[in-house]
Amino acid sequence: MTRLPAPAVSLAGLLGLWTAAALAAADPQILPPPWALIGPARAEIASGRLPFHLGHTLWRVAWAFVLAMVLGTVLGYAMGRCRRLDRWLDPWLVVFLNLPALVLIVLCYLWIGLNETAAITAVVLNKVPNVTTVIREGARSLSGDLDDLAAVFHMPPGRRVRHVILPQLGPYLSAAARSGVAVIWKIVLVVEFLGRSNGIGFQIHLYFQLFDVTRVLIYALSFVAVMLAVEWALLQPWERLAGRWRRA
Amino acid sequence: MIEVAVTAKHFGSQQVLGPISFRIAPGETLAVTGPSGIGKTTLLRIVAGLDRRFEGRVDRPSRVAMVFQEPVLLPWRSALANLTLMHPGLTAGAAGEMLAEVGLAGKADHFPGQLSLGQQRRLALARAFAGQPELLVLDEPFVSLDAALAETMLALTEALIARLRPAVLLVTHSPAEAARLGDRRMRLSGSPARLEPGT
Repeated sequence: MTRLPAPAVSLAGLLGLWTAAALAAADPQILPPPWALIGPARAEIASGRLPFHLGHTLWRVAWAFVLAMVLGTVLGYAMGRCRRLDRWLDPWLVVFLNLPALVLIVLCYLWIGLNETAAITAVVLNKVPNVTTVIREGARSLSGDLDDLAAVFHMPPGRRVRHVILPQLGPYLSAAARSGVAVIWKIVLVVEFLGRSNGIGFQIHLYFQLFDVTRVLIYALSFVAVMLAVEWALLQPWERLAGRWRRA
Repeated sequence: MIEVAVTAKHFGSQQVLGPISFRIAPGETLAVTGPSGIGKTTLLRIVAGLDRRFEGRVDRPSRVAMVFQEPVLLPWRSALANLTLMHPGLTAGAAGEMLAEVGLAGKADHFPGQLSLGQQRRLALARAFAGQPELLVLDEPFVSLDAALAETMLALTEALIARLRPAVLLVTHSPAEAARLGDRRMRLSGSPARLEPGT
């Protein structure tokens, strides 16, 4: 008997649950069964609407993700390494961690205008504090022995970052990245819902007003499918490569 | 030539080291002994350049290497990379020869976690000598080793010092180690600690 891969079985279970719920509801207006999505999804793809809006959302997510990771990593590293800086910036961090995403989005639109800059700024501001908190924890736990080693042997900064610091921060970076993409995509949707004229959030807003549950689900799931592909095709192989020394 | 002239070292308001000065010639080994907590490691960190907050001055050559109490390896890099990353001028061939010299031939592709503790120690020793250091600092390198392993490590260290002839500062609490490796022996004692000719 061949073993089925656990992720496939697990996803099939979720589909089963959905089907059962749809059959119990017995009203495709409220919850259509999975197969009822196939036809409309094909039409959305063939018309080019779904790729167009998905592309815009992915573009925003990518930008916000890169900016938030870079800013958060630099800030978190600095705060984890310098206790003085940490004392001064920590209250700011708590303030931004606890500002609701919606408030930041509305303020960015009001102050910067209803444009792409405001949209991405709002998402980045929402995400940077989380990344900072995680990376700061990683920077605090950096090994002092390895710092001494790099100092005695005069390792140049680039080499030190690549071979001494980043490998120690690896698990923290992947935790921040994984929770990062998920949160960023949710905030991007709200940003699009409130003030953009394209993207999945905009489409969901449209079909919400039309009470079209089928298309709301199609657009939401299309992004989930992309993220599952990224997780399996990029993130997990990278983690396996980076963690090779642990299992050797 | 390495020349150390420390006038004082404080931790907060407490003075740990008093006036301490000595020289080590190339090829010479100075062994410093003393009870634990006296400030041996503090002195050694100053000499190695890891601690710059002291009064006085230290003239040291540019090529410095150190063997720590623990192996302190990069667990995510291979044994060979652990040498070449620290010494940019070192070719893979030369690093391989160095590994063979400490008895790690054929282990070049192993990660440190795949090596035994004794092998990790030898890798740390190979790393220190691979850069042909002008100053070598040894911080209790044989502490917490069983007698047989300590003897192997001592013999290996002796042979490498004889071949490469760096100036060596050995800090240890074991008079036997000091007697065996040290050309000159000094004792750290008192509070604040000073150096005196020792056994």
